[in-house]
Amino acid sequence: MPWTPGDDVIAVQRAPEPGGAGGVYRAFGETLRGLKTTFARMLERPATFEYPEEKVPVYPRFRGRHKLHRFPDTGLEKCVGCSLCAAACPADCIRVVAAENTPERRVSAGERYAAVYEINLSRCIFCGYCELACPFDAITMGHDYEMSDYSRSDLIFTKEMLLAEPLERTPLRTADE
Amino acid sequence: MIDVVAPFAEVGYAEAWWIQILKAIIIFLVGFTLVPLALMLDRKLMGRMQMRYGPNRVGPFGALQPMADIGKLLFKQQFRPRTSVGFIFAFAPVISMICAAAAFSIIPFGDTVDIFGAKVGLYGIDVSVGILVAFAFSGLSVYGLMLGGWASGSKYSFLGAMRSAAQLISYELAMGLSLLGVIVTAGTLSLVGIVEAQSGMWFVIPQIVGFLIYIVAAFAETGRPPFDLSEADAELVGGYSTEYGGGRFAAYYAAEYFHMVIASAIAVTMFLGGWQLPFGIDPPTWVDPIVVIVKTVLVVCFFVWARTTFPRPRYDQLMALGWKILLPLATVNVIVTAILVVVTH
Repeated sequence: MPWTPGDDVIAVQRAPEPGGAGGVYRAFGETLRGLKTTFARMLERPATFEYPEEKVPVYPRFRGRHKLHRFPDTGLEKCVGCSLCAAACPADCIRVVAAENTPERRVSAGERYAAVYEINLSRCIFCGYCELACPFDAITMGHDYEMSDYSRSDLIFTKEMLLAEPLERTPLRTADE
Repeated sequence: MIDVVAPFAEVGYAEAWWIQILKAIIIFLVGFTLVPLALMLDRKLMGRMQMRYGPNRVGPFGALQPMADIGKLLFKQQFRPRTSVGFIFAFAPVISMICAAAAFSIIPFGDTVDIFGAKVGLYGIDVSVGILVAFAFSGLSVYGLMLGGWASGSKYSFLGAMRSAAQLISYELAMGLSLLGVIVTAGTLSLVGIVEAQSGMWFVIPQIVGFLIYIVAAFAETGRPPFDLSEADAELVGGYSTEYGGGRFAAYYAAEYFHMVIASAIAVTMFLGGWQLPFGIDPPTWVDPIVVIVKTVLVVCFFVWARTTFPRPRYDQLMALGWKILLPLATVNVIVTAILVVVTH
């Protein structure tokens, strides 16, 4: 019984059978077919994204630069300074120093808050374990991937930078894309 | 004047000396306008065939990219390996460049025209041995590659130079024989005479075999992909130009493109009717150079097209193609043409 490939199977195209005048004819035909292929590509639109002007939209799951979150109603920080993210981090790039909330100065919803929260983005591997480890969804991965800078110290993001409403410079893919 | 110095060949038509100098400058300028154009065409067209844009940042549509490239190369520091042979190392790219530019002098851009009352031929020089001059210079250009590769004092350069020399010499045979059919049919070596002989029919039709052989041999002769064995990046680093940088590399690079332009111009002259147009269209004489240049650019486009399409053959395959297929085919073509010419006359 002959095997008939389905539509999902790509038929491999082999080189023409060599030998004899027929081989010469077939090789010549294949040469012309090659020329036709490249010429047809010239008539199509280039597949290039001209990057700085035109950005490729990212998927919602894309793991870009981190964000820290506040409660939208009270404006208090979600982070309670538990350091679980720092413990989960395989690249050891998160530094958390916790401090107690006082009645005069409430920063977070919990008992303590993060006095220092730094992520060294030059070490971060964007694995997203911090996001998984966080019990309060205080840290999530954003969509921003344009983080290059001129010095290493500028890549250490402080709490204020992570809390600040991030400048979304990256288009998000819509459902139908 | 001719009595004093025995000429190497008869010259079809010679002008006053100052027109000759003027013509030399103009032809040189035309040549060096076509080279960046070919460079740009190469990159843009190849980009479009690979579904990308090619250079498009410098100037409108990236048109100033060749200028930027050449400028960058010229301002680079000159360096050379300690093992190199100084004088030859510096001089070899010049040989390549001179051979490329000199061969351009015989390409006819039109017949003689009257400019300010003087009769001026729209070509550098119309010698009776015509095409042989082009072959002589393309033969000499091997020295540019060989000396450059040897004087670099590097194994890769030397290997690349040996390869290119072998390749160039092998394909020179097939190339010469492929043009012999045209010469036999036209009955003259003078390129102006050959173009005039094509007023009825372009030689590409009766000499289609010769044309195909010429095109394939021209790819190998100019060292263009798919026959860029001489600089095969994957195996030889960069061939004969491995140790070159800056202005000297620019000279080699420009010479390669100049060779391509000249091979195209010779194809236009020998097979595609030079300044003649088909279907009895006879434009005024000032259109002739434009016709030749447009045809040349179209043949350069074909070079780029083939470059994008075909992978590089192995070295033994290249040699087998040259010696076992193209050479016998070209010989048979010449013999058949000669018999037909004798029978029909």
